[in-house]
Amino acid sequence: MKNRKVVMTFPPHLIDEPVTYRLIKDYDLRINILKARVVPREEGRLVIELGGKVEALKKAETYLADLGITMEPLVREIAFLEDKCVHCTACIPICPTKALSLDRKRMLVSFQNEKCIICGLCVPVCPYRAMDMLHTDDK
Amino acid sequence: MAKTIAEINQKIKEGKAVVATAEEIISIAKTDGIKTAAQKIDVVTTGTFGPMCSSGAYFNVGHSKPKIKLGGGKITLNDVPVYTGFAAVDILLGATALPDDDPKNKVYPGAFNYGGAHVIEDLVTGKKVRLMGTSYGTDCYPNRNIDTLISLKSINDAVLFNPRNCYQNYNVAVNLSDRVIYTYMGMLQPNLKNANYCSAGQLSPLMNDPLYLSIGIGTRIFLGGGEGYICWPGTQHNPTVPRSRGDVPRSPAGTLAVIGDLKHMNHHWIKGVSLTGYGVSLAVGIGIPIPILNEDILRYTTVKDRDIYTQVVDYSEAYPQGKTESLGEVNYAQLKSGKIKIGGREASTGGLSSYAKAREIATILKDWIKSGRFFLAEPVANLPGPKNMSNPAP
Repeated sequence: MKNRKVVMTFPPHLIDEPVTYRLIKDYDLRINILKARVVPREEGRLVIELGGKVEALKKAETYLADLGITMEPLVREIAFLEDKCVHCTACIPICPTKALSLDRKRMLVSFQNEKCIICGLCVPVCPYRAMDMLHTDDK
Repeated sequence: MAKTIAEINQKIKEGKAVVATAEEIISIAKTDGIKTAAQKIDVVTTGTFGPMCSSGAYFNVGHSKPKIKLGGGKITLNDVPVYTGFAAVDILLGATALPDDDPKNKVYPGAFNYGGAHVIEDLVTGKKVRLMGTSYGTDCYPNRNIDTLISLKSINDAVLFNPRNCYQNYNVAVNLSDRVIYTYMGMLQPNLKNANYCSAGQLSPLMNDPLYLSIGIGTRIFLGGGEGYICWPGTQHNPTVPRSRGDVPRSPAGTLAVIGDLKHMNHHWIKGVSLTGYGVSLAVGIGIPIPILNEDILRYTTVKDRDIYTQVVDYSEAYPQGKTESLGEVNYAQLKSGKIKIGGREASTGGLSSYAKAREIATILKDWIKSGRFFLAEPVANLPGPKNMSNPAP
């Protein structure tokens, strides 16, 4: 048995494919969806933990690759370095999931990690380098 | 009844000055009316905190033993080159200066994680900075190499100087092309997806004194957490642009040159900025007090975000090619709502100037004045205005 945390990126036309169902039914994998973003006609992202037999995991990877789904190990996490943030709001229009949001009355930026899909767009956009991509070990 | 700056200073001294921020004055004037508010309020405080590339600092670093003539030599601070064309140990550091080995945009878009502005921030934070370089040696300054650590404490003088800051209004930047572009207004997504603006709007100093009736050369200001002064009109000062009712410019107009002692500043208000694909800049916190000398001056301070209009400019074509085309006008209330409409299309808005920090600065300056820590200075000359574009005149 083996466990892997991965980030899957789906091309827009695959939205209707029941990928997680196939992974469970056909490959007998234990799956745990950590984060997901699925929007019609847009690229989808899924942060997912896959567990199963080594052979089954390999076959599942081939199935996913054949569909055009790219899979990267989850080695990253976004950190919001609050003491560096000056609340300029440059990140607000860039964040696709509103993990970075703005209290418009107080004009203060906040970050909700559970909404973040680790797309990384905010990292170069922040002029104060308050968004950091943390790299963890790929196990 | 008109007041004078001397009278207001007397009230500050006695702890009796009545001060409001440029936000608070809006509701005060609505409740009390302009006439009563002008009598009641002595000072309105403004604030702004945004990147301004036209920033820098000069230093007198003191002498080594044996002495070296940095003037005319090649000197760096934390690998960032400084200008040495002054006397033996006077050097000038520009905010946008980059280390020689920075790849810049050769690896596009460049990250620009460290430059002159970050050296200034490091010094203000209290960090030691490495001064290195070579010079040619003279009879009186025989040393030819230097490699030492300096800090704000160890050097004689450290002066922040902005040839231009406090822009009175600024463009909203958008991108009409089909590729991402990286500008000094931040990253702009293709096809008008986002729109970036850079002004504190109703809190911004020159928006509250649009005709420069009280703000002038010699005005004492909050600068980077310390005290500074307006020393000249800023570069590109252009008061003759079209204005709305209420005399507020509808495009970038007036600017200020400001100066102050870096040793008294605070790293909360002096921050290096990395604009991906563009370069390094310095964010400087500035707050300017407006003495309420008469009703006209007060009326101008009641300006609201929804009354301040600015131009939407395409930074993929019009701006780089120097075409003065506007895609339309929007106001700051719309910009702060998160969405604007340009030609029927919706764009999400983002800022570069921090409204939260501007508000904090206006509040700090208000507290300084109320507690008798900060006194107003009488300007010694006026800034050129829309009808008087000559040099500063008394």
